[in-house]
Amino acid sequence: MTDKIKKASRHTSQSEGLIFEKSAHGKRGIELPPLDVPAIDAAAALGAAHARGEIIGFPEVSEIEVIRHFTRLSTWNYAIDLGMYPLGSCTMKYNPRVNEFVARLEGIATEHPYQPLELSQGCLKILQLLETCLLEITGMDAVTLEPSAGAQGELTGLLLIRAYLQSRGNPRKKVLIPDSAHGTNPATAVIAGYEVENIKSESHGQVDVERLREQVTEDVAALMITNPSTIGVFEQRIAEIAEILHAKGALLYMDGANMNALAGVARPGDFGVDVMHLNLHKTFSTPHGGGGPGAGPVLMKKFLEPFRPVPVLTVKPDGTLALDVNRPRSIGRVRAYCGNFGVLVRALAYTLAYGPGIRQATEDAVLNANYIRKKLEGVYDLPYSLPSMHEVVFSDARQKKHGVSTMDIAKRLIDYGFHPYTTAFPLIVPGALMVEPTESESKEECDLFVDAMRAIAEEAATNPEVVKTAPHSTRVGRLDEVGAARKPILRWKPSASGEAAD
Amino acid sequence: MRYLPKSPSERQEMLAAIGAKSIEELFASIPAAHRLKTPLRLPGPLSEMEIIEFFKARAAENSVGYTSFLGAGVYNHHRSVVTDALLQRGEFLTSYTPYQAEISQGTLQAIFEFQSLMCQLTGQEVANASMYDGSTALTEAALMAERVTGRSRVLMARSVHPEYRQVLATYARNSGLQVEEIAFTASGQLDAAALRSAVSSEVAAVIVQSPNFFGVLEEIPALAEIAHAKEALLVVGITEGVSLGAVRPPAEADIVAMEGQSFGLTPSYGGPFVGVIASREKYVRQMPGRLTGQTVDAQGRRGFVLTLATREQHIRREKATSNICTNQALCALAATMHLCLLGKEGLREQAQQNLSKARFALAELEKIPGVRRAFPGAFFNEFVIELPRSVKLVNAALLRDKIIGPLALGVFYPELSKRGLVCVTETTTRVEMERFAASLRRALAQPLE
Amino acid sequence: MPYPNDFRYTDEHEWIKVSGDTGTVGITDYAQHELGDVVFVELPKVGAKISAHQSFGTVESVKAVSEIYAPVSGEVVAVNSALANSPEQLNSDPHGAAWLIKVKLSNPGELSSLMDAAAYQKYIAEKQKEASA
Repeated sequence: MTDKIKKASRHTSQSEGLIFEKSAHGKRGIELPPLDVPAIDAAAALGAAHARGEIIGFPEVSEIEVIRHFTRLSTWNYAIDLGMYPLGSCTMKYNPRVNEFVARLEGIATEHPYQPLELSQGCLKILQLLETCLLEITGMDAVTLEPSAGAQGELTGLLLIRAYLQSRGNPRKKVLIPDSAHGTNPATAVIAGYEVENIKSESHGQVDVERLREQVTEDVAALMITNPSTIGVFEQRIAEIAEILHAKGALLYMDGANMNALAGVARPGDFGVDVMHLNLHKTFSTPHGGGGPGAGPVLMKKFLEPFRPVPVLTVKPDGTLALDVNRPRSIGRVRAYCGNFGVLVRALAYTLAYGPGIRQATEDAVLNANYIRKKLEGVYDLPYSLPSMHEVVFSDARQKKHGVSTMDIAKRLIDYGFHPYTTAFPLIVPGALMVEPTESESKEECDLFVDAMRAIAEEAATNPEVVKTAPHSTRVGRLDEVGAARKPILRWKPSASGEAAD
Repeated sequence: MRYLPKSPSERQEMLAAIGAKSIEELFASIPAAHRLKTPLRLPGPLSEMEIIEFFKARAAENSVGYTSFLGAGVYNHHRSVVTDALLQRGEFLTSYTPYQAEISQGTLQAIFEFQSLMCQLTGQEVANASMYDGSTALTEAALMAERVTGRSRVLMARSVHPEYRQVLATYARNSGLQVEEIAFTASGQLDAAALRSAVSSEVAAVIVQSPNFFGVLEEIPALAEIAHAKEALLVVGITEGVSLGAVRPPAEADIVAMEGQSFGLTPSYGGPFVGVIASREKYVRQMPGRLTGQTVDAQGRRGFVLTLATREQHIRREKATSNICTNQALCALAATMHLCLLGKEGLREQAQQNLSKARFALAELEKIPGVRRAFPGAFFNEFVIELPRSVKLVNAALLRDKIIGPLALGVFYPELSKRGLVCVTETTTRVEMERFAASLRRALAQPLE
Repeated sequence: MPYPNDFRYTDEHEWIKVSGDTGTVGITDYAQHELGDVVFVELPKVGAKISAHQSFGTVESVKAVSEIYAPVSGEVVAVNSALANSPEQLNSDPHGAAWLIKVKLSNPGELSSLMDAAAYQKYIAEKQKEASA
């Protein structure tokens, strides 16, 4: 390995098999307090038809084994706490620990959604304050905190649009989606009952306004736009785009995944967006936790408010808060209870920590992205010349000449101690390298990243094999994904556990 | 600001490297008309201590100090402190979706274990890596049945959790899926005769919940036969996962949609929870959500990867099985840790404690004049009692004794305003149950106002 | 891999070999090469009706899904069930053992709009030139 790798080096890590492989009859991890009422025999109480025998294969291990098992597993993961994730459009920022603390407080973590309103005012005030803050940040008029993730927020937004258009006599048939869009956009449009019509981006990766003018007909319900775009560039003609849509009675939906470039600097409500979602697990620091949970609140202009999903947070005449389900024009419920409350708590804690100073976070995010762009242009191909905001997209065009692709570079970056950037997205940039450092990265970390990317570019030219066969320093190398898809093994089975733990 | 690792001089250095004179220059691509001229009006900034004070003050305005007999899809169960100790490790908490398998083996192996545990619990062959919650899992299961059968009607038991039914209705309205509700009988179970007449070759799925919203166990094998006679699928929802420690799993179901909150997740005012879809191997390509599979690297070392991703939105886009991207991974991890700690015997014992305590509570309540059990089917840890007066009024009296009484069913079933749903788990003490009974007796003895 | 002269080809890279009123349909070597390792093939059932230029199935690699378009209209009379267990055959023998379906043609006139082997090879040579430009 080259001495150019400064951020990481090899270290012995513990091996660990599957928990089922350490199981043995008679071991326990939790011991319950004894029963204080007469014990009932389960089979007698339920009847033979309903009673269960043993749960075959279910693990039996001790507390220490569980601690070791998951601790060892954790050491095989990369994480924000270890270093930068330059993943474009993911906004992998620091997950503040006070957020975890307050979400676990007794009186917060313990509350039941059906308990009486008079014993839930604390929860409802948290929702109310978060609503107020998100409205201020986005410049919108009304909000729902119910959707569980960005994709569910998108669906809620499209259902709001459908309900509104329906109320005016015609829900319309199509949703326009740029070819640079995240996959959840077209998937969601279909679930909302719309046809997807793609709109090709122009040469700078922005929405092609002239094409839009042609494509917006009275059959179009909405355009789903991400702003800044998935290239990381602000859609400069956004106000014009909104006008074109509105002139034909169509609406503008904004995917708020890239809000980290805008918070405190510009507000979607001010530049013509009718409805949008936010990803609290991106811009608002709630932890990704290996894939979720998130939350995808939806913010909207006043005319969409009557259609909000239930329950709706309301203020009663006596000033106390309530959740109203009696909303005749509502699109209905999108999930049980009122949303991922624990995630909402964390997002509010984050917002309170910054206050109006949230602008500073946005500025640092954009500063970091532009710094990296400056340091790597000339080394990696920049397919667009427009200014980047919080993320920059390169392509692997130069490295392709040596047979090295964005995927290979990403894998080699692992050896340098980083998580890869986003590869192969957006689809409109062939061989894309999408880099979003976020404001959580110090100059030191940014410089280490730049040095690593420069070193890999050099390797691509002088020693491409080491890049193409990377990573070399991980516990497992590149895994056989073809085999995994051809003959899926999706669960542990006692007879098939022939593979020894590594 | 403590979350920003830059000094003012470093910012200057970086601006200089970029060739910009000020940070404002970097925002020049935003048309001036859209750029804010004044700071946002937001509360804060708050120090860590002030943030904690704020939330402690909110916590004090909630239900601390009260004893609750609420269930209805959200359950109080013991959870070990070991779960949080492990869950809060930064490598789990702050890691990303495991698309880069080589540096996510911790997450991937844990998900594989989660999928395995869910199969063992539900008696199904394959389980996914989580949905948002039980309500969306049940909805996605219905949509999955639609894809598998090519049919567009589902029959939904009215004894399924009302909010779950509402969620399906929202999704169905826009997908052309027709939902027909089937009534329950005096036993609290789905009306099998009504189901038999409603099932036809146009029905994609029969959807039931067991234990159902009234806590009553449905007769799964019989319902499966009715559905399968017309080649419809049986979808079974489960909201109280601990029941699987004592109740036989719905092995005849084609799809199980479970809420895993009972496995180590706090009630947290309704979320985040963890939904799971479990089904037969032959339907795996129609399953929504992520799936983790076992494989090997070039040296033959075992490893795990996300697999069958062509079902998902980032590849299939408009033809995806679902639009789900972010799921409930950390919650699934918590459930995995919790279940490993509990283990085979622990879960069985926990379930048995639920059964025992619930029956004790029922017996105590039935001693009160005017109180009788409604919906007398087999049950796990929830049961319905009928009172001589409105449950809402009685609950107001119980509150004065710091007891949160049974869920007033009239909220969801207008014809059941005198019935309340009582939940008792292993965390409910004998003393609390006796207090509840005494308080209820007193409340019923009061003259009506 | 050679492109058989008795096949006809579509611009979406399917081939058809006609014998009497029945045609055997598959994807070309160019298509399998573009796809990469095939992991799954989704095919219609026997008896299904297909229409020229409409999708009748999909081919999946790990990272992508491609529609398979019908070269002609007709009724599916046979489906290659071996592909369910060995989708990798599509990579090793796309013109032979990995045929996809056999179809009874409802409109043999449609064949005249398909390319012959020479025209198809010219077509893919141009595509390869575009890709490396």
